[in-house]
Amino acid sequence: MADAVQQSWAQNLAVGDRAPRSGIARFMRRRSTVAFLMCLPLIAIIVGLVAYPALYSIYLSLLNKAQTRFIGLGNFTFLLSRDVFWMVVWQSAVFALSAVFFKALIGLITAHLINNLPTKGQRKWRGMLLVPWVIPLALSTLGWWWLFDPTHSAFNWLIRLFGGEEIPWLSDPYWARFSVILVNVWYGAPFFLIMYLAALKSVPEQLYEAAAIDGANAWQRFLHITLPMMRNIIAITVLFSLIVTFANFDIVQIMTAGGPRNMTHVFATYAFLLGIRSGDIPLGASVSLFMFPILAVAAVFILRGVRKRGREIG
Amino acid sequence: MTATAVATAAPRRRATSSLRRNRRWALIVSYVFLVLFAIFFLTPPYYMIVTSLKSDAEVAHMATNPWIIADGITLDQYKLLFTQSDFLIYFKNTVVVTLCVVAITMVVSVLAAFSLGRMKFWGSGVLAAGIFLTYLVPDTLLFIPLFQIVRALGLLNSYWGMVLVYPTLTVPFCTWIMIGYFQSIPKELDEAALIDGAGHMQMLTKIFIPVALPGIIAATIFAFTVSWAAFVYPMAFLYSSDQQVLTVGTVTSLIRADVYKWGMLMAGALVAAAPPLVIYAFLMDYYIAGLTAGATKG
Repeated sequence: MADAVQQSWAQNLAVGDRAPRSGIARFMRRRSTVAFLMCLPLIAIIVGLVAYPALYSIYLSLLNKAQTRFIGLGNFTFLLSRDVFWMVVWQSAVFALSAVFFKALIGLITAHLINNLPTKGQRKWRGMLLVPWVIPLALSTLGWWWLFDPTHSAFNWLIRLFGGEEIPWLSDPYWARFSVILVNVWYGAPFFLIMYLAALKSVPEQLYEAAAIDGANAWQRFLHITLPMMRNIIAITVLFSLIVTFANFDIVQIMTAGGPRNMTHVFATYAFLLGIRSGDIPLGASVSLFMFPILAVAAVFILRGVRKRGREIG
Repeated sequence: MTATAVATAAPRRRATSSLRRNRRWALIVSYVFLVLFAIFFLTPPYYMIVTSLKSDAEVAHMATNPWIIADGITLDQYKLLFTQSDFLIYFKNTVVVTLCVVAITMVVSVLAAFSLGRMKFWGSGVLAAGIFLTYLVPDTLLFIPLFQIVRALGLLNSYWGMVLVYPTLTVPFCTWIMIGYFQSIPKELDEAALIDGAGHMQMLTKIFIPVALPGIIAATIFAFTVSWAAFVYPMAFLYSSDQQVLTVGTVTSLIRADVYKWGMLMAGALVAAAPPLVIYAFLMDYYIAGLTAGATKG
């Protein structure tokens, strides 16, 4: 059937301007029908597997544990009254903000360092520094976990070698928080590196030449040319990374599963613990939903930034 | 290696002007810091490789330097992994799931991107924005309602359930970057095709797909790496060994009883990470193009 539609569409077009008005109208209708049909699988996925679950999640969050009756906002008020939940909120915020800050910083520094090199060597360094991003996160986290192992930690071996005191990487709550953030920075910084390196390449060389003639030093060139030119891409990557980091699951789940004393839980692992492990689906859904407002705000700003950048590039 | 790089990068010529001397210092400082960052970034993979090549006795021995292999390289851990564990089942499951998801993703997103990038219809602008927003919805927000849906469909603890839900991770981004690639194709090309009497499908297969091939490769790599590395969904939906995929299987099931077989675990993690790394090694430029396209195109 689709073939027949295309055939007649092509014929209609071949007739071109001489086609009668009603013919053009029919042709437009058909063209848009074909376009719509091509989008149908995508729409099915978005509606069936993203939009519907999202709404279903709201419905679920209003039920009791056995999913037999409505309890209104009971799950939310229960969560808000729990100290553990507030710790999760706090830890998620600290985790996301500090990890994204250091990822962006390291990304910016390494991108500049690579950009300083002669063009021939850049590829090799870029390829090497992107490796953390390429290894599936769950598997590299396993490697980190082994590095942090309480009795065999290779880091502690080095610390002992230099006469220092062993660090309880994952058994002390504060060191555990530090460790999960460290792993996240390790994993995510290469992404920033790649984005910033691409952005640095798009800054016109003449700007730097003009600045050099005016006697600007490296810092001034960075402050007055590089940063303004990259502002948009920095904003997009930071917001994007905020979403991904905020919703991160793999690192905390594998390394600490939320412990010690629930102090490393983030929204995703806490929702997993309540919803899947303890079987309280509605309560787990409520925890996940708390992520939604923060993500929505970030998403709106990203979309604006991407559109602006699209216009800049043209 | 670094020393030679510095030596070749800084020519022997006498630096006459201060500008050139500054430049040379900047280069040396750059290399020093890059080496430090490279150590930071490559320590975990290096340590994983070292551990996987040791014998169990050396892994357990605490006095020796853990960073080097003192007792000689052994492949016992890999032998153990392939013969004594369910690793090969996980590998097979992941291959099946990933191939299906990549195929579904590419068909769905190329069709949709062609339609949204070239033909307009009522609501197409809204749909394009909707695709991008969908990409920003994280899997950790959806896994609980999807758990219910997958269970209702009878696909809980089946890797076919993964084939159903992974496209939510891959399709939006792949469609988004394909729209960008398709829009960069000059309009004259499809006009020429239309004059020659080509239909929609011919236009797509004869012009758009060949011309946008780099974009298609980038999107395919993205879909592959995402489905290969997915962790939240299998963690929540799969629990028996014969249905498990690599990421979750390696992290949870290879750990037997209370004894951590670290050598075998690291061997498993490395073999599981190998396919994305191999693809990255050979197709780095496409990989990076796909990575950066999201924010620079569209």
